[in-house]
Amino acid sequence: MAMRKSKLALVGGALALGLSSGAFAEGPTAKMLADTCAGCHGTNGNSVGPASPSIAAMDPIVFVDTMIAFQNGDTYSTIMDRIAKGYTEDELEQMGEFFHKQDFVPAEQEFDQSLVDEGAKLHDKYCEKCHVEGGKPVPDEEDYYILAGQWTPYLEFAMSDFQNDRRILPKKMGKKLNRMIEDKGEDSVKALYAFYAAYADFASSGDDDDDDDDDDEKD
Amino acid sequence: MSMNRRNFVKTTGTVAAIGAIGLPNIVLGQDKKVVVVGGGTGGATAAKYIKMADASIDVTVIEPNKEYYTCYLSNEVLSGKRSLDSIKHGYDGLKGHGVNVVHEKATSIDGEKKVVKTESGEYAFDRCIVSPGVSMLYDKIEGYSKEASQKIPHAWKAGEQTKLLRGQLEAMDDGGVVVIAAPPNPFRCPPGPYERASQIAMYLKEAKPKSKVLILDSKQKFSKQALFTQGWERLYGFGTENSLIEWQPGPDAGVVSVNADDMSVETSFGDSVKGAVLNVIPPQSAGKIAVDSGLADDSGWCPVDKKSFESTLMPGVHVIGDACIATAMPKSGYSANSQGKVAAAAVVSLLNGEDVGTPSYVNTCYSIIGKDYGISVAAVYRLSEDGSTIAGVEGAGGLTPMDAEPFALAREVQYAYSWYNNIVHDSFG
Repeated sequence: MAMRKSKLALVGGALALGLSSGAFAEGPTAKMLADTCAGCHGTNGNSVGPASPSIAAMDPIVFVDTMIAFQNGDTYSTIMDRIAKGYTEDELEQMGEFFHKQDFVPAEQEFDQSLVDEGAKLHDKYCEKCHVEGGKPVPDEEDYYILAGQWTPYLEFAMSDFQNDRRILPKKMGKKLNRMIEDKGEDSVKALYAFYAAYADFASSGDDDDDDDDDDEKD
Repeated sequence: MSMNRRNFVKTTGTVAAIGAIGLPNIVLGQDKKVVVVGGGTGGATAAKYIKMADASIDVTVIEPNKEYYTCYLSNEVLSGKRSLDSIKHGYDGLKGHGVNVVHEKATSIDGEKKVVKTESGEYAFDRCIVSPGVSMLYDKIEGYSKEASQKIPHAWKAGEQTKLLRGQLEAMDDGGVVVIAAPPNPFRCPPGPYERASQIAMYLKEAKPKSKVLILDSKQKFSKQALFTQGWERLYGFGTENSLIEWQPGPDAGVVSVNADDMSVETSFGDSVKGAVLNVIPPQSAGKIAVDSGLADDSGWCPVDKKSFESTLMPGVHVIGDACIATAMPKSGYSANSQGKVAAAAVVSLLNGEDVGTPSYVNTCYSIIGKDYGISVAAVYRLSEDGSTIAGVEGAGGLTPMDAEPFALAREVQYAYSWYNNIVHDSFG
């Protein structure tokens, strides 16, 4: 389960504008708030690319955690830190609920078909235990990150941030990622990207590369 | 007290139950008509979002052109990075949402009779949304006119003007000076003239390296100035003798007259400057239809209620986008898109007898200075407590940091293209 990094309220700005007063007790609706995202992330959160990620069908808790990590700088961003600070945690929760209810439309993008099968095997071995169902959205479950159908440039940026200390790399993910790269080489991530871009049918073999100590790490 | 949805449903139910004869149209929801004047980013967004929120509302967009060229990213057409076709968008998307699109030119908006007239017809409305963009005030510059703009393009409305300016840049000999006259505030797209200088410099650096861009400005400072300056220093030798870009600040450098015969401009200081290509961006006001219909005040722009974008001069008519006075929100494509949604929600509420909800607004604006070199400004806005202003949330928003690393500047270009694709799709798709 992802941890809420900080409850550091971002209400400072809002209070300064008097948003907590009676006149504004209701505040903007979830839709009004979420509609401000569409210019970059697409109508109802389905991005038409090439790089800004789709946020439709996101796990609402992941949504809020991600935005708070942008606010406090735990996750590097070019622009989202500046935008995330414009919303209170309560508003972020409403936006998260709104996007959770939207249907996810997989990105239509080019990918290397010849790498998809290999990517599926790598995903099954190194990723499926946490990123279930081949990394597709599972809106009825909790704590999922959408990888399949996501825009590849965004996944590349996120991976680069994980590997360059610009985003907190969960220990378990770090171990698995390192093992995959040691065993299969640097290019193995490209096969993963192709697999995610293909949004292919996927059934896990149930056979992963778990070390005994992996299960103790809950990040 | 206004009728809320529950009362509305109740009333409808009661009426239906007694099987009333001669049901008034309002009860059946047949009489909710919205006319949108202007099919740019603001108007298209408003029309689409009204239909998405309440399909029973009849929405008609009046727009003379069958295709819309976005002003945003048109500077990439000037450098040859992007085709003119890639910034051209039609209205099939809106029609797919059930919006009527009428390709006529609106000639008047009557707030009392609640009718928009065009050259060939009349369109009655319950609520009207006006998104007319800007009007070029040629007469503020001596010798400039719509005819003169065929030789000295402004290219501040994309399309033919963009094509014309691109053609002139391509035809120019190496060693020529491209003069950009930057307009006084307020105007459409505050960073636009400086992104344009950057894009043209990128083209010249590659194709005509002995040439340069000279910006004659009526202002002493401009949007994202420090970031542009740093980018120009890194990419185009700004500040050196061989700089591809020179910026002359106002008020002395402001262009006050143009001469299309000898291809020169005169500054307010009295200097005459010749150019191989002249790109004169004149002062601007709200679009002509808004001014002619009495929606603008003495400033030339349209005062509005900041919560609903309803005109303070003409009840029942809302003004959005570049034409309206939106306090801190700049005249940008994203502002128009955001205001379109706020106005759409307000209009839907008002037509359904509900209170107008609390708005939330945003702006993000990218400028592409060169290859893999993008910068941005962003803000999230709120209505002030007294409803009089739209202000940025304190502690949020702002600019790309100075001295950003190459990977970050390259990412901003990819996000700029993503912004483009998504905002076009969100507005027109």
